[in-house]
Amino acid sequence: MSLKHDIEFTLNGIKRRVTVDVTMNALAMLRDVIGLTGTKYGCGEGECGACTIQVDGVSLNSCLMFAVDCDGRNVTTIEGLTNDSTADALRDAFVEHGAVQCGFCTPGMIMQADHMLKSECCGDTDSIKRGIEGNLCRCTGYKKIVDAIAAVSGAQT
Amino acid sequence: MSVAEKKPRVIERDSLIGKRIRKMDAPEKASGKTRYIHDINLSGQLHGKILRSERIHALIKSIDVSAARALPGVHVVITAADIPDQRPIGVARDHFPLKVGRVRSERDEIAAVAAETEEIAEAALKLIKVVYEDLPVISDPEEAIKPGAALIHPEPHGADGSHEHLKQGTTIAHKGKPDNVAMTFDYTHGDVVQGEAESDVVIEDTFRLHYVTHCCMGVSGMIAEFDASGNLLMYSNTQVPFLHKREFAEYLNIDPARIRIIQPPIGGGFGSKLDIYPFEVICLYLARAAKRPVKMLFTREEEFLASPTRQPVLLTLRSGCKKDGTLTFRQVHTLHDNGAYTSWGATTPFVMMQTFSSLYRVPNCDYHTAAVYTNNPYAGSFRGYGNLQATFAIEQHMDMLAERIGMDPLAFRLKNAQDAGETTGQGMSFKSCGFKECLTTAATRSDYARKFRENAANRDKPGNIKRGIGMASMLHVGGGAKIYPSDGCGTILKMDDFANVTLITGASEIGQGSETVLSQLVCEELGLPISAITVVNNDTAITPWDVGVHASRTTFIAGNSAIGAAKKAKAKILAVAAKKFDAAEADLDLRGGFVIKAASGEVVIELSKLLRNLHFQDKAELVMTTFYYEPPSAHQDKGFKGDVSAAYAWGTQVVEVEVDTDTGRVRMTKVTGAHDVGRVLNRLGIEGQIEGGVVMGQGYALTEELLIENGVMRNPNFRDYKLVTAPEIPEMDIAFIESMDGEGPQGAKGVGEAPAICVAAATANAICNATGVRMFELPFTPEKVYRALHGQTPKRYWKPWRAPE
Repeated sequence: MSLKHDIEFTLNGIKRRVTVDVTMNALAMLRDVIGLTGTKYGCGEGECGACTIQVDGVSLNSCLMFAVDCDGRNVTTIEGLTNDSTADALRDAFVEHGAVQCGFCTPGMIMQADHMLKSECCGDTDSIKRGIEGNLCRCTGYKKIVDAIAAVSGAQT
Repeated sequence: MSVAEKKPRVIERDSLIGKRIRKMDAPEKASGKTRYIHDINLSGQLHGKILRSERIHALIKSIDVSAARALPGVHVVITAADIPDQRPIGVARDHFPLKVGRVRSERDEIAAVAAETEEIAEAALKLIKVVYEDLPVISDPEEAIKPGAALIHPEPHGADGSHEHLKQGTTIAHKGKPDNVAMTFDYTHGDVVQGEAESDVVIEDTFRLHYVTHCCMGVSGMIAEFDASGNLLMYSNTQVPFLHKREFAEYLNIDPARIRIIQPPIGGGFGSKLDIYPFEVICLYLARAAKRPVKMLFTREEEFLASPTRQPVLLTLRSGCKKDGTLTFRQVHTLHDNGAYTSWGATTPFVMMQTFSSLYRVPNCDYHTAAVYTNNPYAGSFRGYGNLQATFAIEQHMDMLAERIGMDPLAFRLKNAQDAGETTGQGMSFKSCGFKECLTTAATRSDYARKFRENAANRDKPGNIKRGIGMASMLHVGGGAKIYPSDGCGTILKMDDFANVTLITGASEIGQGSETVLSQLVCEELGLPISAITVVNNDTAITPWDVGVHASRTTFIAGNSAIGAAKKAKAKILAVAAKKFDAAEADLDLRGGFVIKAASGEVVIELSKLLRNLHFQDKAELVMTTFYYEPPSAHQDKGFKGDVSAAYAWGTQVVEVEVDTDTGRVRMTKVTGAHDVGRVLNRLGIEGQIEGGVVMGQGYALTEELLIENGVMRNPNFRDYKLVTAPEIPEMDIAFIESMDGEGPQGAKGVGEAPAICVAAATANAICNATGVRMFELPFTPEKVYRALHGQTPKRYWKPWRAPE
């Protein structure tokens, strides 16, 4: 059987301990071990962005991160973006602007957009588009997603 | 307040139609709370995995599963030998879920495992030993159709699962064909010989359309569970639950009444979930054998390998017109690469021939398709259903014919565009038709005429960036399509004591926003806010029958059904109110949650109060209604003629590009669209449908291609299969033409597929406007464009597989 490892980290503001396979990625840990399914599997190789989470305030693809590397870190998933004015505004903007269709890319998009807004890199719509380049969406054609993020950032179109 | 001062409360007229209504399930989805199939786990659940072929075309000499069966944690291992009652599946019933004796493509299913965990299931697959005997691979449909070509399906298959004894009178799934032709279509109206004789200009070209695939963000998956009595509960991503319920019953040889399908929210459909695929039936076999729930999810690689594609087509089109711009005929031959098995892709000619026969006035049309088996992936249904392929050829020929007779391309199109009231040679009757308005609106808003002229004049000037503008139009069914015995949809509507509505509809939600638009239509009838409604749409044990999400039909068909149920509820409410308040029903209406006087808006009674009065009385009653809507369309006759849809949708798109002649890179800068949608119901939703469809069309035109070499898929991942990303999207200016269809719900027509259809065709015309070079093969990758610009693309001419009769 595969090697296991105990890790301790902060997940959505709560400290917790988990035992994980050393080969497991953070996405599988979140979904299958911890049971938070808001983070989505889209490709498993860092190409689609559906599994975007934030680790120590930086967005990344959880499928490309080993679960053991969460040890000692501060991890935020879509479920943890609560009581946060930026995140609330983003969620509302996605709904109001029609940025959600099938919704499968949406949690990853919002995690990425939240990181972009908090690092103040949404100056104009071109930078917003570049910021979500790693997040694929098959339904919306991206326009309404860009509109939603721009509405929160106040970006000029 | 004294009585004298008290004024009656008046409710102002308001309407939900045309407003920007937020998608009802969007808050859940944006919070990560929505549970897709991937997020559902049942207690006692096992995980299923499939062993696929290591060869493209081979005989299976032996399969040894003993080591896999011995692995701890493995519950069930199955091969075809373990399922004696296997029945062939698919549109032509030409393959078994678990392959018998032979593999014909890369994705072919050999064996399957159900185990405690995915990891154990995967480990078990690795222990299965298969001995193959390779056969020659046929991956070129032009080779496959030649007389004497090796056969992909030489053996006869019986529906009883055996492939040796074909009893007389039994359902023969696949008889063992004498050639590789899976399906043919032949259509004609008028006389193309006569049409050609009347032509001043005749052109003929061969077009090649490539493989692309749906790339739903949520990979395929399902969960199957049999209860103690052998009844089946499925959690499935299907777009057509009621059709599949019946089909699964056939494959399991049980009564359809014993199957219940629950559809969790779907991570994208686009037509991919219209057919039953082997993994679904295999999952049922595993659950049946394991007597435990079995969940099966694809990896992304598997999603690429084992999902359907858009139908690749080789197409030769011959078109003619007179000097005055009148179209005279179209003659079409297509060769469809059917892949190893037959799914809906083979039947895309149903739509393609409509476009050839009826997009513009075509007095004479002759259309032939042969779908031919190869060892390639097989094509299914995909948003647009053959229409992208047909439109790509037709709309390039429209520009080419216009150029040959020296006519402006817009004027040429307008001369041949239909008006309301016309019926085409194929029998499609256009009750509402905003075609000309689409053409002129898209042209005006994009400043097409000026740009077309200036771009052409700039072609030979210095500089490597050339601008181009191109136009294309489309015709598609917009009021359902009578393909199945019924094209209807049922609705059950109930109201509670507080004037809240539960809408129980057969219509499936796949992200397109059907639940929101249906709610809007019901609330409009009943004078209620959207917040007063709950939609139930995902359980065959509860919802009434619907044929499924396809053919851009849901808003039209399910919308009319929902309105029908709401009108019955309204009639009942007004009758009760009229009696209670001694008024005429015609003088009353529902508005803002009240029964009001229709003329003045004065409140008569709060609706919830009236409903409670009705309920809590001696002769207690509830407001509950049902409605089944069947559109007034007709089945096609044997010659494919008939008014197959209750309404038809039109659209024109103008695409602007920048072509870098140094690199061949094409940048799509702007798309101006004008779509005849009948009427805008939910402006937010319809904008999203159009924008998403345009970008899907952009991917088809510029970036997406499944690379298949000798039957092997070379790029089954998002790194090498290029979906359009956010920085690449064009500016989009979308206009809605409201032709107010008489049969449509509040005047609306279907629009789901429309926006993806003409992007590639308009892009081809734009590249030609920029560079003077015509491109006949998709996608317009930098390499292809560069080669074409440098004269390195030899003109392809495909000779039809047989002479027209």
